[in-house]
Amino acid sequence: MDPINTFAGKVVAIPAENIDTDQIIPARFLKVTTKEGLGDGLFETWRYNADGTPNPDFVLNRPESAGATVLVAGKNFGSGSSREHAPWALQAYGFQAVISPSFADIFKSNSLKIGLLPIVVDEDTYYQLVSLCEEDPQTTLTVDLAAQTVTLPGGQQVGFPIDGFSKHCLLNGVDQLGFIQQQEADIAAFEATNPVASLRG
Amino acid sequence: MSPKTLFEKVWDAHQVRPETADTPAVLYIDLHLIHEVTSPQAFTEIRERGLKVRRPDRTLATMDHSTPTTPRNAQGIIPVIDPQAINQLDQLRTNCAEFGIPLFELGSENQGIVHVIGPEQGATQPGMTIVCGDSHTSTHGAFGALAFGIGTSEVGHVLATQCLLQRKAKTCAVRVDGRLGPGVTAKDIILAIIAKYGVGGGTGYVFEYMGEAIRALSMEERMTICNMSIEGGARAGMVAPDETTFQYVAGRHFAPKGADFEAAVARWRTLPSDEGATFDHEMTLDADELVPMITYGTNPGMGMPITGTVPTLDEMGDASSRAALDKALAYMALEPGKPLLGHPIDMVFIGSCTNGRLSDLREAAGLLKGRKVAEGVRVMVVPGSQQVRQQAQAEGLDEIFKAAGAEWREAGCSACLAMNDDRVPAGKYAVSTSNRNFVGRQGPGSRSLLASPLTAAAAAVTGVVTDPRTMM
Ligand code: SF4
Repeated sequence: MDPINTFAGKVVAIPAENIDTDQIIPARFLKVTTKEGLGDGLFETWRYNADGTPNPDFVLNRPESAGATVLVAGKNFGSGSSREHAPWALQAYGFQAVISPSFADIFKSNSLKIGLLPIVVDEDTYYQLVSLCEEDPQTTLTVDLAAQTVTLPGGQQVGFPIDGFSKHCLLNGVDQLGFIQQQEADIAAFEATNPVASLRG
Repeated sequence: MSPKTLFEKVWDAHQVRPETADTPAVLYIDLHLIHEVTSPQAFTEIRERGLKVRRPDRTLATMDHSTPTTPRNAQGIIPVIDPQAINQLDQLRTNCAEFGIPLFELGSENQGIVHVIGPEQGATQPGMTIVCGDSHTSTHGAFGALAFGIGTSEVGHVLATQCLLQRKAKTCAVRVDGRLGPGVTAKDIILAIIAKYGVGGGTGYVFEYMGEAIRALSMEERMTICNMSIEGGARAGMVAPDETTFQYVAGRHFAPKGADFEAAVARWRTLPSDEGATFDHEMTLDADELVPMITYGTNPGMGMPITGTVPTLDEMGDASSRAALDKALAYMALEPGKPLLGHPIDMVFIGSCTNGRLSDLREAAGLLKGRKVAEGVRVMVVPGSQQVRQQAQAEGLDEIFKAAGAEWREAGCSACLAMNDDRVPAGKYAVSTSNRNFVGRQGPGSRSLLASPLTAAAAAVTGVVTDPRTMM
């Protein structure tokens, strides 16, 4: 994973609560065995009409939304399935961060693993961001991971929480699997003292 | 030593390395379940890194999500037509063969939904840590295991190291006292909890279900409840193991035998939360008051007593809940303030890892026996596993379903997530025993009403939303 730290990005808002993983990427797009092409299925039911034509009313289809890299969405974003295809699809589409008052646990954990930044803000900031996007579709934010801040167009800074280890991994491009592998001696010692019967009988 | 909760005991016993302020815990995983949809990219990752599967003997694979549930051909094989599904299944076969992972092949006698086969094979045991690239892994918590869903990156971590990096969750006691009345089931308990506390209510917590009503439940009913913990936002849900648990596990394929079983039971008896153990949060439900539940909206928290009325916008606390309800009712084409009883339905789906076990099929069959499915209603009965299918057939349940006019299918996830052709057509209403009523979950444009197998069977007969208690 490439390290991430500071980036500026255009914001789009989908101001709905409980956006579930089936909305982010419907199950019929999960038949792939790679990560290719998932961006096409992102928000598929909202992006396309039943006949397959783009739905012009959906925010991502508006010309002024082109190039957006930060998504603002209502609370409990990413609820539902554990499919990592959801953050993969958001990332493939071009999003680098999602800002919401809260995230579902597994979605958040999956996003942090792949460098899609889940940014938790309070409800007031969330509504402020939604209005900013409504007033000016070109609204741009700056995210500073090291400082854990989001800077709004007027210069206002909002802090956000992030688990220290995840932050360290994202900033330095640390590979979490590699980190676990370094614990090999402890894992082997654990296995030696905690035998569980084999499933092979 | 200070008193500990069930969760804390299982957590503490699996720490390879405890968490610190700077690093999460390294948690050892006893059982890793895999299926065709969320594993291929993880195998690619470990192959690219030149790694092996550390403990193929603690990994178990099945085929369930994208598999068809259509009848077998003359050779006794379930034909797969979808080229993408064929590719996914082929990859799982290759991956399992290459790394030595036991696999329950499509159509083989042990294949089924991953959360049905783990318990059924005795692979799921009290006190274990269990993970799977699937959010309904919470099901296995019914045994007093710590079981939760993970993403595909983490599937790779577990394949390679048998460990996961985890921050310790907070605990929430979910107390259900009282006794269920006739026609009210475990599904109604969990739908009521989620309706009461919301789909985000459990975020950050591990639930421990307790109280008189939970103790009285069978293992299959406890699984139904733990299954939908994730719908309440909790990553895991647990029930302390007891005699009901031990009896269920005894004699199953992967369960310890003889003296080993006795030793295991002695260990498992130490798992329940200690007297005086404290929880970070508490939720309660009164089983005495409970009636059959049904959902009206587009998330599992939008549920109500079947005898109730769809909420009005005025009943919602804040603007965003009003907007959410408005949108959901528009999608469902339901009117605020109106009852659901008597609302026409087009389909009934009985199955899934929530309610696709033998006891669920027995309940549905009990109500359907000697009755006919209403004109114009399609009823799909999809057993959760091939074993469930066999057992149901041995009891003649298949004949009851077929005589009533329902379809008796092969085992799999089916219309729960509509990855194959089993789906609810656009704009049609389905009473579904599965766990998610999200927009398009059961097929593009599908309108799902989540309920118990009894409520589903009642609707199948009448063709409208019906209180099953009126038909028993
Ligand atoms: S039955 Fe439904 S919820 Fe259960 S594992 Fe299959 S798709 Fe997931």
